[in-house]
Amino acid sequence: MARLTEENVRLAQEIISRYPKARSATIPLLHLAQEQDGYVTDDAMAHIAELVGASPAEVYGTASFYEMFKFHPVGRYVINICGTMSCALMGAEDLMHHAEEKLGVRMGGTTDDGLITLERAECQAACTEAPCLQTNYRYSFRVTPESFDALVDDLRAGRLADEIPPHGVVARVRQHIPADRGAGVHAPEDVKSAPAWLDGKAAL
Amino acid sequence: MSTTETDAGEMPEVPADPNAVSISINGRTVQARKGELIIAAADREGEYIPRFCYHPRMSPVGMCRQCMVEVEGPRGPMMVVSCMTPVADGQVVRTETEQVKRAQEGMIELLLANHPLDCPVCDKGGECPLQDQAFSHGPGESRFVEEKRHYEKPIPISDLVFLDRERCILCDRCTRFAREVAGDPLISFTQRGNNTQVMTFPDEPFASYFSGNTVQICPVGALTAQPYRFKARPWDLEQRESTCTTCSVGCRTVVQSSRDELVRYQGVDSDPVNWGWMCDRGRFNFQSVNSEDRLDTPLVRQSGQLAATSWSAALDAVAREMRSAGGAVAVLGGARGTNEDAFMWGLLADAVGSNMRDAQLDDGLPAAVLGLPQATIDSACSAGTVVLLAPDLKEELPVLHIRLRDAATKRGLRIIEVSSHDTGLTAHAWRSVRCEPGAQADTVRALLADPAVSSQLASGDVVVVAGRANLAESAEHTVAAIDALLAAVPAATVLPVLRRGNVRGALGLGLAPSAGNDAAAILESAANGRVGCLVLLGADPLSDVADADLARRGIAGARFVVAIDTFMTQSATHADVVLPAAAYGEKDGTTTNLEGRVSNVVQKITPRGTSRADWMVAAELLHMLGKDAGVATLADVQKLMATRYPAFGAAVSSAEVRRNGVVVTAPAARPAASAPAVAPRSSYDFRLVVSRKLYDKALGTAKSPSMANLAPGAAVIVNPLDAERVGARDGAGVRVSNAHSSLVLPLVASASVPRGTAIVPFNQPGADIRELVRRGDSVTDVRIESI
Ligand code: SF4
Ligand code: SF4
Ligand code: FES
Ligand code: FES
Repeated sequence: MARLTEENVRLAQEIISRYPKARSATIPLLHLAQEQDGYVTDDAMAHIAELVGASPAEVYGTASFYEMFKFHPVGRYVINICGTMSCALMGAEDLMHHAEEKLGVRMGGTTDDGLITLERAECQAACTEAPCLQTNYRYSFRVTPESFDALVDDLRAGRLADEIPPHGVVARVRQHIPADRGAGVHAPEDVKSAPAWLDGKAAL
Repeated sequence: MSTTETDAGEMPEVPADPNAVSISINGRTVQARKGELIIAAADREGEYIPRFCYHPRMSPVGMCRQCMVEVEGPRGPMMVVSCMTPVADGQVVRTETEQVKRAQEGMIELLLANHPLDCPVCDKGGECPLQDQAFSHGPGESRFVEEKRHYEKPIPISDLVFLDRERCILCDRCTRFAREVAGDPLISFTQRGNNTQVMTFPDEPFASYFSGNTVQICPVGALTAQPYRFKARPWDLEQRESTCTTCSVGCRTVVQSSRDELVRYQGVDSDPVNWGWMCDRGRFNFQSVNSEDRLDTPLVRQSGQLAATSWSAALDAVAREMRSAGGAVAVLGGARGTNEDAFMWGLLADAVGSNMRDAQLDDGLPAAVLGLPQATIDSACSAGTVVLLAPDLKEELPVLHIRLRDAATKRGLRIIEVSSHDTGLTAHAWRSVRCEPGAQADTVRALLADPAVSSQLASGDVVVVAGRANLAESAEHTVAAIDALLAAVPAATVLPVLRRGNVRGALGLGLAPSAGNDAAAILESAANGRVGCLVLLGADPLSDVADADLARRGIAGARFVVAIDTFMTQSATHADVVLPAAAYGEKDGTTTNLEGRVSNVVQKITPRGTSRADWMVAAELLHMLGKDAGVATLADVQKLMATRYPAFGAAVSSAEVRRNGVVVTAPAARPAASAPAVAPRSSYDFRLVVSRKLYDKALGTAKSPSMANLAPGAAVIVNPLDAERVGARDGAGVRVSNAHSSLVLPLVASASVPRGTAIVPFNQPGADIRELVRRGDSVTDVRIESI
């Protein structure tokens, strides 16, 4: 349970300043909170509500729509096994059973060492590569019991530490938008051409 | 008929309404106005379109899709959602085609797919839009055979409201109301998707002053009110339309009873007043009428003890004392009763030659403010500017707060607020300035000097909403501020927000103080032994007068005290005679709201024990004193009242009194503005504000079990920087003192209070701040020390 740290409040304020309305920053701030604590705490939601001028219930209402926000502690790695049609036809159920046995937890559970949370997911838009799963939203395709075991062993041994950042870190490289490029800095009617910093790389 | 067919010379020219459109509904051509929704136009024409989420007092959201109708389009008929589609000239609407019927049946089937159908044990069963419309517009059977969704049921989402998520059809009425009307978005849709549900934030209950409205507008039994749960079935209820007199907004209501017991009030949509809304305090205090603690028989003091007696013995004693008191009879109160009650007591006071009466308890403004050019709630909401010189309306006159909030957020009203601390309307104010007690007039003058403010005031109608914001300062400061404003904006009108239910009726019908002889002066006289018989007409000075010392001296000094009340109040325990009064819901009559609007209140149940309406007591006493007024019935009283007060008489006898009420204006007057001097505050001291919260120790609340624990409790609220200066943490006990007394209160640090000001809520459980307040003090300064 924690409110945003002082440093994150500064970051939050910078993020809020990018939007014409403070409330629009709700989702980015939820990511920030999840990055800080590994999941979104009640205190953090109440804090975000204060920062964006909403009620905690409204922030919670928004946050709870998104599967990727967690409201309870999860492992360092969240493994989502797809259970929708294509994957189901290609043996997702068996894979799930295997995963449960390998990790010693049921779907939704977290291993005792806090390393891995196992979850069932809906279609991950990789149906041609069924059955598939994601580890902190990084794909593994055509997963077999063997390749699953290998994945888990790699995670446990820390061999994927460089490749897969811990859960809650959406992007390894944070966007830092300079103040004069932030959203809302220029009124839409004043924007006549593509911003200079695009260097003509894209048309308006 | 077109104008060309008639002789234009004889017909006054009627300019065509540029906003009028004509549409066809089910083959009938009807008139509508641009921007109006199809469903609203159909309602007006008596063409019912089924609906769940649409509510005429909230913005449409198109959540439930039950209101589909067919509209002729360029490519043939199309199905549209009638609560989201505005009318257009020449539009052809059909509400009963095969296609529409299929849509309606399909929607009902889907809504019922997960609905538990536990109607036999549901409070809503019998008055449920889902039940009714499943019957009238549903398919009659379902193709769904799957297991329904299950949730734990019901769960409390506040002290007053329970939520059954299985019954919820996700219409967004409750959540929309909380956000849009009440401004308390404490509930929201969560887990959106297959498991969407209404929910509060964990550990933050739906503690809105208006939560009961969500129960009333929920189209299913998903939201139920704790005080009514399983109390009655709708078909066992009897009801009569009435007016809430808990505060002076005067919301229209229906009073419902079952087996001669009040079980529920519901809001009625009165366009000029409450739009169907009520506050929770007004909605749920029917419980106090049913309280076991009600007085049910007269009491007289015999050898020091109050003992039960008969009405005739009790009234004999009162009449005897009144006679022997000569003119020295005083009447305090009357604001709790009806117009008729007040009128008869005014008559009685006249008959005994009394010039001591006051319907206020030194807690309002001089009665002369009622004689200033008056505004109404509607005229305030449609004005260009409202200047608030008033208490926090959310705490004192909740539904007026809702109306002004609506006007400010949706209708372009600009609010200029002058207050000692942040209030419920601060966030919606165009300008909100803080002012220390005693500085109101100077603050107004400073505001007027601001060119932006003066041009705003010059740009349209101006309404001054004026009330008593602070019981620890002289009322004259507010009067002086009104005066300063009216001097600069002579065309401004005033909406006096005196809080007690029928205070305006009582003041207008014979219980206004004469020549400055107000409640405080009367109590002072009593303290000096100059009151022979003090009648407390639903008044409890020992609890309600801000100067507790004055109240104590007054009650002790009066030779004979008569208390007429529904409960054994603190003051009544000192009375010589206590008479049980019929409560709200136990008597017919009329009441006057803060605008001067006269509307009726009704008897729904038998008065408790032998209790009677106040007017009957006065009539009886008049008879015993040999001054019989010749009244035996309420109609007689109203007839007599019409001869003395023709405007009231006309209002009372009009049919509108049973609907939206009739506004009666008081004779013109102008309060003398003479604000007492204010000594500068020493930098160590705090200037004290004693103001009200919605929930306090008032008996209507305290004797209603569901609300008895909602009072926040006594505390002293200061700015966090001041708390630091005092050296006390939030919640720690601090000593609050001045020359009069000293007491210990928990400290609350809040940025809503400016530095140098200390706020103490009035009449809360805990230490009594009134010990530090003296009537003669222009303002009250206190010292706060950590202990
Ligand atoms: S609880 Fe009632 S009012 Fe609220 S969304 Fe559900 S059905 Fe609608
Ligand atoms: S606002 Fe006043 S009149 Fe209206 S319901 Fe509440 S207490 Fe009653
Ligand atoms: S079904 Fe598994 S990714 Fe689409
Ligand atoms: S009433 Fe129109 S969509 Fe619900």
